[in-house]
Amino acid sequence: MMTLESKMRIRSPWIMHFDTGSCNGCDMEVWALLTPRYDIERFGAMNRANPKQADILLITGPVTKRCEDRLRNLYEQTPEPKLVIACGDCASTGAPFHNCYNVNGGVDKVIPVDVYVPGCACRPEVLIDALVLGLSKWREKAAGADKEAEG
Amino acid sequence: MGRATTIPFGPQHAAFLEPLNVTLTLEEEKVVGAVLNQGYNHRGMEHALSLDYRKSQYISERVCGICSFHHSTAYCQGLESIYGIDVPERGRLIRTIMMECQRLTSHLLALGHIAESVGYENLFMQCFRERELVMTLVNRISGNRVHYSMNVAGGVKRDISPEGLKDIQATMSRLRPRLRELHRVFSRDRTLSKRTKGIGVLSNQAAREWGNVGPVSRASGIPRDIRQDGFAAYSMVKFSPIVREEGDCYARMMVRMDECLQSMDIIEQCLPLIKDGPVAIQMKGHPKGEAYSRVEAPRGELVYFIRANGKTALERIKLRTPALMNVASLLAMLPGCQLADVPTITVSVDPCICCTDR
Repeated sequence: MMTLESKMRIRSPWIMHFDTGSCNGCDMEVWALLTPRYDIERFGAMNRANPKQADILLITGPVTKRCEDRLRNLYEQTPEPKLVIACGDCASTGAPFHNCYNVNGGVDKVIPVDVYVPGCACRPEVLIDALVLGLSKWREKAAGADKEAEG
Repeated sequence: MGRATTIPFGPQHAAFLEPLNVTLTLEEEKVVGAVLNQGYNHRGMEHALSLDYRKSQYISERVCGICSFHHSTAYCQGLESIYGIDVPERGRLIRTIMMECQRLTSHLLALGHIAESVGYENLFMQCFRERELVMTLVNRISGNRVHYSMNVAGGVKRDISPEGLKDIQATMSRLRPRLRELHRVFSRDRTLSKRTKGIGVLSNQAAREWGNVGPVSRASGIPRDIRQDGFAAYSMVKFSPIVREEGDCYARMMVRMDECLQSMDIIEQCLPLIKDGPVAIQMKGHPKGEAYSRVEAPRGELVYFIRANGKTALERIKLRTPALMNVASLLAMLPGCQLADVPTITVSVDPCICCTDR
C-alpha cells in the first residue's frame, strides 16, 4: 500500500538536470523536453534546479573527475525515494569519450543508476519513454519505502 | 556600507545549462568582484582528437553539441588544406546551409535562455517552439537532431535530395513570419528591455582588450565576422555583419535575433546556387603538414590548428573556441551590476561550457 504522500509525488515527479561534462547535445534535448513540442509537463514533471525538491535526477555526461564530488553531493541531497536517469551514451557507458584522461566513463561509476537512455545525443522521445519506465520503478521503490516505514 | 559577502554562483544553478562557477563578492546587492572557476567539463578533447585522424571527425562533433557541425567543418577544412584539395561546389553549399541551420538552432536556444533568465517563461517557450521547426528540418535532412555527422574530410558524405531542397525552402518560408514576430517581441517588449538595456555594458575598447569574438564583439561595435573570409560557400552569398554600438545585454540579444533573420537569407541565397555534381573528393594517404583553419561558429571565431606527420595519430591539434574568449569577459561586465542581473549577463554572452573547457 502506498501512502498519500507517495501517491501525490508520483503525479508530479520534479526533475533536476545536471551536466557532468557532456557535449551539450543531451542537455539541449532535455530542454526540448520541457518545451512545447515534447512538453513533459503533461506527466507533471517540472525542471527544478534544487536537489532537495527533486524526485528524478537527469544526469548527462561521462562524469569528469572534477564533477564527481558535485554529482555525489547532489545525489545525497535528493530525498528518498529518488530515481537516477543516465541520459545518452556517454552517461551510460562513457563511449564517445572512451580514451579521454579526465572522465570516469559513465554515471554508474559514481552513483547508482536506475534507467539508461541510449543515443548520442539521446532523442526526446526516448527520454519520455525513460521517464515513464522510471516512474514505474519509482512506484516500486516508493511502495517498498512505505512498507519499511510502517514496519 | 555593510561587510563584503562572498557567494558561489554555480556550478549547479537554475540559470545555467552547464556547470560554471562564478564566485561573487557582494556589498549588499551590488557585485564588487567576480572570480571565474572553470574546468568542470574538461574531458581532454585535444588528446582524444589527436589519437586517430580518421575517427576525429566523429569526436570533433562531440566537443560541442550546439555547434557540432561548425566544429567538424573546422576540422575537415584543416585536413583539406593539408591535403591541398578544394571541396566541390555542391559540397561547400551543403556545408553552408547546414552551418546556417545550426546557427538558427543555437541562436534561438540562446535567445530563449536569455528570456528565461529574466523570468519571461512564455517567450522562452516560444523560442523553443520555433526552434523545433529547424530541429525537425535538420533531422529530415541529416537523420540526426544534434550531431549531423554529414562532414568528411573532402566534402560531405550525405547529399541533399531535390525534395530535401524544397523542404528547406518551405520550412524557411514557414519560419520567417514566426521569427519576425519573435523579433518584434524581443525588440519592443518593455519588460524585457528594462531588464536588458544598459545592463552588463562592455565598451568597444574593453571588447578589444578581452579579445571578444562573435555576437558579443559585434554588439560592442566591432564589425568582425569570419564568414566574410569566404570559407565554405560564403564567398558566393551576399551579407554584411550585424553590428550594434551599445554593448549591453540588449545589444547582444538583438544581434543574435538579427542574425537569425540573416541566416535564413543566406540559406535562401544558397538554395538556387546548388547545381548537380559530386559532393566530396576521396583523399589518399595519411596527412602530412600543418594547417590552420577557422570558421564562424554561432558564438564567434572557432580556430583549429592541426599538425600531422604522416601517421594515423596527429602530432598536435589545438582548438581555440569562441566561448572561452567570451566567458572570460564576464569579469569585465559583472563588477558594478546588481545580483539579480548576474544570470542575465552571464547568459547574454551565451556561455557554452563544453566548448570552454573541452
